[in-house]
Amino acid sequence: MTAVVTRDELFDCREAFARALLEIAEADARVVTVVNDSVGSTKLGALKRRFPDRFINVGIAEQNLVAVGAGLANGGRIPFVCGASPFLTGRGLEQIKVDAAYSNANVKLVGVSSGLAYGELGPTHHSIEDLAWTRAIANLTVVVPADPNETAQAVHAAHAAVGPYFLRTSRMPVPTVHRPDYEFRVGRAALLRDGTDVTIIANGVLVSRAVDAATLLFGDGISARVLNMATLSPIDREAIVDAARSTGAIVTAEEHTVRGGLGGAVAEVVVSEHPVPMRILGVPGVFAPTGSAEFLLDHFGLNAVGIAAAARDLVAGRRR
Amino acid sequence: MSDPAEVQMAEMRERARTIRARDLRMVFGAGLGHIGGEFSAIDILVTLYFAVLRIDPADPTAPDRDRFVLSKGHSAAALYATLAEAGFFPTAELDAFMAPMSRLNGHPDRNKVPGVETNTGPLGHGLPVAVGMALAARLDGSGRRTFALTGDGELQEGSMWEAAMAAAQFGLDNLVAIVDRNGLQQGDFTERTMRLEPLADKWRAFGWAVREVDGHDIGAMTALLRGVPFEPGRPSCVIAHTHKGQGISFARDRVEWHHHVPTADEFARALAELEASA
Repeated sequence: MTAVVTRDELFDCREAFARALLEIAEADARVVTVVNDSVGSTKLGALKRRFPDRFINVGIAEQNLVAVGAGLANGGRIPFVCGASPFLTGRGLEQIKVDAAYSNANVKLVGVSSGLAYGELGPTHHSIEDLAWTRAIANLTVVVPADPNETAQAVHAAHAAVGPYFLRTSRMPVPTVHRPDYEFRVGRAALLRDGTDVTIIANGVLVSRAVDAATLLFGDGISARVLNMATLSPIDREAIVDAARSTGAIVTAEEHTVRGGLGGAVAEVVVSEHPVPMRILGVPGVFAPTGSAEFLLDHFGLNAVGIAAAARDLVAGRRR
Repeated sequence: MSDPAEVQMAEMRERARTIRARDLRMVFGAGLGHIGGEFSAIDILVTLYFAVLRIDPADPTAPDRDRFVLSKGHSAAALYATLAEAGFFPTAELDAFMAPMSRLNGHPDRNKVPGVETNTGPLGHGLPVAVGMALAARLDGSGRRTFALTGDGELQEGSMWEAAMAAAQFGLDNLVAIVDRNGLQQGDFTERTMRLEPLADKWRAFGWAVREVDGHDIGAMTALLRGVPFEPGRPSCVIAHTHKGQGISFARDRVEWHHHVPTADEFARALAELEASA
């Protein structure tokens, strides 16, 4: 059960996404890819060359991007609608709500370069509101994979399920956090490390950092449980309630604003089912300063040291 | 009147009159609705459902059915009355329009109402989804067509022009946009709010084959819409010149009838006018 964070190699999850989508497109002629000019940034060049007829570029038009996906789904196609997450979700949000989710269209939305991935390009290009926006929408499954293995499985799971999905992937290089035999299950948190004093719940880029934080805490004599909450909606209430009951304190960590994302989703369950002290780590309700994604994550304490410090505070507060 | 075509036109005009009367009852009964834009669109809906669309009410999800999208989703009552008249569900259910727990919401829901293809309501959604439907038909090698009925005020939404560009770029001659050009939007005339003219030129400039027609002349619209595509390789646009509130003299071209609910007296007078036109 203990996760192995392998740092000798780092992976861009867009590669895993593109490979998985190519496999799916090879196997299922219903699959169509829809992009908004972002062939390069979505890493889908090979897929475009292999299946030019099933590769639709709507140009720089994110409202049309999502809507065209919904229309293709009406015709029995399975569209993977791919674009940079800030624009896909921000510009296309009403289409995501009405054309995809409310219409129950079988559309798979893939937001790439999410979170702080665009770093120096600035807050216009940061996608740190996308999870709050999308998880507020009914009938939309929201998944935030943590490593290449989980990304590939999430793409296959989205294809296998009927109904609208939002997959949020990053371009930040990440280590693997799951063993090769890991099985991703929609709506189920993955227990990466068990513990008794505090639980760290993370998703996406922050998962490997959460595991590292647990290692730091172990050195301080604090036993930390680590959950990878890859599915944000529907959220694994059972795992959250069990974490609250068994460990008595919860830290959440996400590459997203602290308003309404993973922390908010976990807190909604905690306050109504089993209230325990919590810390919500993320971007603290500000537009980020200039800096690379790595710099910004450190700047906001979204690293092993910052997560461990928050956990230590919670445990110390209980022991006082 | 023994000419079969003329008999069919007379039947369609009678259906339009029946649908207007049902729409009026629905809005009066619900105390909510959009009579103005419904009455401007009903002759277009009747033309499509009774002379143009290749659909089977008994098999509303047949893969190769033509698709119809009500981009101006607030004209839901007119769509419901037309679908019921066409046999998609019983006309008796129309009385439940906007009633608690009714499936006949104020804007159409494809998951509840047979014959509805995509959920609309916010303006600027239907035509872009229709572009995707037309692309799917082409990928399937199917001869099915997609028709989207848009408002004219709705063309102030930028997403409509994203869709217009894409339809031309992709050469979707299996797609037809019909503009209900009644000249009014909720608050005022379109031209006093945000000018649309020269509207036909705009569509042409975006790469569409454009025709203009009297949107209350069912015969002319039938002839026109049976002739799509107007040009191979191009999407077709029909600008249907209409009047808001058509069929009720005191509602016709009146901006306040966008969503005015008739008083009991207005209801009785409007119904009398519709019955007298039989």
